[in-house]
Amino acid sequence: MRSARALLLAEWTKIRSVRSTVWTLITAFVVTVLTSTVIAAVYNNQFDSLSAKQKADFDPTNLGFIGVQLGQLVLVVFAVLVVCSEYTTRTVRYSLMAVPRRGAFLAAKLTVATALVLVTSMATAFTTFGIAQSIFGARGASLGDPGVARAVVGAGLYMTLITLLAMGLSAVLRSPMLSLGVLMPFFFLVSPILTTVPRIRTAARFLPDQAGGLVTHVRTSGWPFGPWAGLAILCGWTAALVLAGYLTLRRRDA
Amino acid sequence: MITLTDLTKRYGSTLAVDRLSFRIRPGLVTGFLGPNGAGKSTTMRMIVGLDRPTGGQVVIDGSRYDRIGEPLRRVGAMLDAQGTHGGRSARDHLRWLAQSNRIPAKRVEEVLEKVGIAEVAGRRTRGFSLGMSQRLGIAAALLGDPPILLLDEPVNGLDPEGVRWIRTLMRNLAEEGRTIFVSSHLMSEMAITADHLVVIGRGRLLADTSMAEFIDANARSWIRIRSPQPEQLLDALAGAGITARRDDDGTFEVEGGDTERVGDVLAEGGVTLHELSPRHASLEEAFIRMTEDSVEYSAEGTAHEGAAK
Repeated sequence: MRSARALLLAEWTKIRSVRSTVWTLITAFVVTVLTSTVIAAVYNNQFDSLSAKQKADFDPTNLGFIGVQLGQLVLVVFAVLVVCSEYTTRTVRYSLMAVPRRGAFLAAKLTVATALVLVTSMATAFTTFGIAQSIFGARGASLGDPGVARAVVGAGLYMTLITLLAMGLSAVLRSPMLSLGVLMPFFFLVSPILTTVPRIRTAARFLPDQAGGLVTHVRTSGWPFGPWAGLAILCGWTAALVLAGYLTLRRRDA
Repeated sequence: MITLTDLTKRYGSTLAVDRLSFRIRPGLVTGFLGPNGAGKSTTMRMIVGLDRPTGGQVVIDGSRYDRIGEPLRRVGAMLDAQGTHGGRSARDHLRWLAQSNRIPAKRVEEVLEKVGIAEVAGRRTRGFSLGMSQRLGIAAALLGDPPILLLDEPVNGLDPEGVRWIRTLMRNLAEEGRTIFVSSHLMSEMAITADHLVVIGRGRLLADTSMAEFIDANARSWIRIRSPQPEQLLDALAGAGITARRDDDGTFEVEGGDTERVGDVLAEGGVTLHELSPRHASLEEAFIRMTEDSVEYSAEGTAHEGAAK
């Protein structure tokens, strides 16, 4: 137990002592909140010109989280920085000489980074929600409405899990270029495009960001699974990639 | 005591380390010598568990490196002077290392002082010179006050002042009773610092001997004599019981022996001398000869394989 604390403390010092990681988290917060605010304001101003169907489908909670689409990309950068910088700077040799048990090293690193991201994500989710809903005013949602609190907490969990998933993949690929080259297009292009292709659409809903993203909606009808089940699917993807990262670390030379 | 048993590392079709077996004994400076690419770094990386052996094993006091709890307190290694995050300060680098092995924070300041980079410890390592990085690497190795130290080419790329500093430091650490395993591709460096010598070439063990034995076996010294009166010279020496060998260029060589005595004998015999000089074969030459053999051996092996086809 004492050694576990020591490893967590060491990883905390590592993250804290490099400016880029700290700044990335702050950027993720700012980008998410700003984007959501701007979109919410634009949407609110043009609300009267929306069609009846659009008005009926209006989900102020989820719309308020539109900035998460962008913010999660910054969190992916954070994930890649935290894991891949071990390899680009060759710090990993020191890490593994100090902590030769691969599992303990990876667990400590991911625990500290994930805890930090969880705090950031929750702060981001609640701030974004608060600002967006105050813009929507009477049209907006409140935390007491059914499903709303779940969606806000869910948004925080969603961002955290996406970051952890990105850390798992980074542990497999080791190269920041490769990791970003896979993750960025996936979240920004591949996944959104696949969900618009008619035949693939149903399968695409099981992709990590699509399934996991459902938890941020209040209106969840028309999906083959519920919001928590969607989050569980994201957990499954995340667990698989973290496991792959661990196996890579164990098998390959540092 | 570090024990390597048939340690082998294969990268694809290349055999980087080939069934290496030897022991690194406590309380000595063991020099690990071999040309570049002989497998020295790979061997050291396997000792600290960074690389997984393809075959054989290496244990430290009987246990594998990854089974040692808080290993920085047992083994300190400087394998790569780079290997720090450029955006992190030297102090923070040592701080997280210390925390991971529950080494007291005050030890960080101690080692910073010891290697002489305390003043720049707050600076990010991106701007460090090679010498400063090297010192930081040594500081990291010393952090846990370990009884065993592994240093991979510690003087590489250092200025003369840095080289002298490393040499003195290694001697001091050895005098404190620590086990030091230091690699180099320079025989001259080993001759100065090492008590014991392990030589490898192409991943294979070529020699495992004490430095003194190696010097005895390889450092031939002789006296070179040139004279216009070769007959009188040989007579005079023979009279004193000294054997001389005539070289192809007409000079003479006296194996071992001291110059004063040979000079006196020849003066008494009235022999005119044009030269009387002590000569030493360098250890560097002996080392090159030794590793050349390993290169030749494997070239021959390839030739045989080619012939068999």
